[in-house]
Amino acid sequence: MAVTSVKSLSETITFPPVWIPETIRFENFTLAWDSGPFLRYFVNSLIVTLSILVLQLFTIVPAAYAFARYRFFADRALFALTMITLMIPTQLIFLPVYLQFSSWGLLDTHLALILPFAANAFAIFMLRQTFKQVPEELLEAARLDQASEWKIMYMIMVPMAKPTIITLLLFSFITHWNDYFWPLVMTTTDASRTLPVGISALTNVEGGVAWHIMMAGNMILVVPILIIFFVAQRHIIRAFVYTGVK
Amino acid sequence: MSRWLERFRPYLMVAPAIIVFVLFFIYPIGYMIYLSFHEWDFISPDKQFVGLDNFAGLSEHPEFLKSLENTFVFTFFSVGITTVLALLLALWINRPTRFYGFVQGAVFSPHIISLVSIAMLWMWLMDPQYGLLNWGLEMFGLPQSQWLASPETALYSIILVAIWKSIGFNTLIIIAGLQSIPPHLYEAAALDQSSRFTSFAKITFPMISPTLFFLIIMNLIGSFQVFETIDIMTQGGPLQSTNTLVYYIYEYGFRFFQLGYASSAGVILLIVLSILTVLYFFLMSKRVHYQ
Repeated sequence: MAVTSVKSLSETITFPPVWIPETIRFENFTLAWDSGPFLRYFVNSLIVTLSILVLQLFTIVPAAYAFARYRFFADRALFALTMITLMIPTQLIFLPVYLQFSSWGLLDTHLALILPFAANAFAIFMLRQTFKQVPEELLEAARLDQASEWKIMYMIMVPMAKPTIITLLLFSFITHWNDYFWPLVMTTTDASRTLPVGISALTNVEGGVAWHIMMAGNMILVVPILIIFFVAQRHIIRAFVYTGVK
Repeated sequence: MSRWLERFRPYLMVAPAIIVFVLFFIYPIGYMIYLSFHEWDFISPDKQFVGLDNFAGLSEHPEFLKSLENTFVFTFFSVGITTVLALLLALWINRPTRFYGFVQGAVFSPHIISLVSIAMLWMWLMDPQYGLLNWGLEMFGLPQSQWLASPETALYSIILVAIWKSIGFNTLIIIAGLQSIPPHLYEAAALDQSSRFTSFAKITFPMISPTLFFLIIMNLIGSFQVFETIDIMTQGGPLQSTNTLVYYIYEYGFRFFQLGYASSAGVILLIVLSILTVLYFFLMSKRVHYQ
């Protein structure tokens, strides 16, 4: 794919294939970039993904802390509700959620792409497990020092669970950066479309299929993920494997 | 005041997450079930109650039946082949060498790359005229294939992509399972001079079978939701040959505005996924005892 992204059009449609292009054409990237409002898509993707990460941080940490450390009325029922949510895929609920957003007038906005993912059941579950392992004595000591519960949460629990939190955020980033289905369903104009949807439109550029442009476009989508992958490869593989083994 | 706060603090802490879940996951499921008993075109103000008519209609609707059949064929082959190949691959590369580290990264990378890119890459490989796959087939003197362009091969081409995408992840999970087998079992088997095949059949396979069960169910749940590759590569065609359940819901909901039909199809998907999920939890509780 990387090779094709720098080929010329005629080189992509010769048979047998040309493995190494005659001249490396970086202008394919600019061509792809100019073939649609890709800066807009890129910014949309960033806004949506980063907003999801920040919101998740604020919903997940307190919820996981409460589920790990407090006994309260209906705590089991609420936790069960969280676990049920974990099992509901977006492919199942997109239609009713679409209708909901349409009645709120929020279709085709960033909010429609962000709000449903403002909390994350899987992350709450994982973080709860981690919080449970923090020794109770540490919390007792902090309480003796008159630390407030919020302070305990953010000054003790969060630093203790840092590796888990980073893993979960990486996980969320990859999922939502790559997500095609949800933005496809919820957006109708370029103003709120994200990169995956924008790039998929390259398949029907006028005048036949331009493989070299398509591949160049895809590089824009893939490179950020690959960079993250190479920086945090062991972290990510462990995170995904742990998801499966649980 | 502070007593009051004390009592309600846990509720305050879980509230934001719970609100999101109820608003965007639990309530929509209820609304979908409600819609499945109604006829509605999205524009008219009233939804007409039609009882089970939508379901009865679906059962006679050739497009729906075709999409159901395709979904089952897709699921059967993609999950079956992925699991077998991943098991073989895991047994082969489960060695602590540098090569293994490289292979681990290589087979895993498709898992984190967007399905959009994967679908487009394979469209190009599968191009009947200029694609690398046909070029390879020709090199080995094999007949070329139409891949996505023919109704006979399109679904299998999509299955091939699904296998390629998920095999690395599956392999890593199985390797994690293999590495948790206590080595003394193999030492005992070696003392008894058992053959490699016997030790696989009597030790390895029983020990990783819980892992395999989980993978299979997770893969089943995942493959019933297949959508992205279909939407980008074939749009359900040619001749409905790659139309699947989720794609059907999408088309009937958003192109034809038959929300009752689409919701009923959604309820059917919900039922399938619920059965699999119950099975998943059942096995999970078993496995806890097992270890």
